Amino acid sequence: MAAKKLALIATKGTLDWAYPPFILASTAAAIGYETQIFFTFYGLQLLKKDLDLKVSPLGNPGMPMPMGMDKWFPTIGTAIPGMEAMMTSMMKAKMKNKGVASVADLREMCLEADVKMIACQMTVDLFDMQPSEFIDGIDYAGATTFFEFAGESDVNLFI
Amino acid sequence: MSEYTEKFDATGLNCPLPILRSKKVLTSMNSGEVLYVIATDSGSVKDFDAFCKQTGHELLESSEAEGKYHYYIKKT
Repeated sequence: MAAKKLALIATKGTLDWAYPPFILASTAAAIGYETQIFFTFYGLQLLKKDLDLKVSPLGNPGMPMPMGMDKWFPTIGTAIPGMEAMMTSMMKAKMKNKGVASVADLREMCLEADVKMIACQMTVDLFDMQPSEFIDGIDYAGATTFFEFAGESDVNLFI
Repeated sequence: MSEYTEKFDATGLNCPLPILRSKKVLTSMNSGEVLYVIATDSGSVKDFDAFCKQTGHELLESSEAEGKYHYYIKKT
C-alpha cells in the first residue's frame, strides 16, 4: 500500500496558530504519511531561525483567559500596551507546565521525520525577507509547484 | 510485567510527544523487538492504538497501573 500524502498550507504566524501545522505534520509523519507544508504570508514566521511568536487576546474572543477573565474583561482592555507580551508569556508558561512541546521542538521533529517544508517564494520577496533568516533545510517554491504534491494528496488542509 | 527489548519513559510528555518519540525509538530497533512505553498522557491510550493500527506494529499490551499507562509494542 503506497504511503498516504498530507499537504498543509500554513498562513498564520502567531503562537496559537503555529501548533496545528507542526502537530499535524509530525503526527502524520509518525504514522507513515508523506507530508509537505507550504508556508505563505504570516506562516513564514514559523520558519524563522529565531522564533518569536506571539499570541494576543485581541481579536480572539474564543481565547480562554485565567480567572474567568474572558467572561468580563472588556475587548478594549486587550489592546492595552503590554497585554500581548503578558498573554504570550503566560501561554508559554502554561504549555511548559503541561509538558507541551515548544514550537521549535515540534518543528525539529518534523524535519527529522522528513516533513518537507516549503517557503512561498512570492511572500518571501513581498516582505523583503532573507533566506538567512530562515532555518536550513527548507525549499523555496510557488503555489504551482506545491500543487504537484497537493493535487495528489489524500489530505489537504489550509491553516 | 511483560518482556521487552527497550524501554521508553514518556511520563510528563503530552500529545503528540509520546507517539513521536516512541516512533523515533522504534525506528532504531529491529523487527520483532518489543518497545515498552510508560506514559502519563491519558490521550495516549487511543493514540497508541491508532498508531499501531496505521503503522502495522503490534500493540501487545495496553494497560493502566498506578495512574500511568503501559504499552508494549512489537516492531513489525
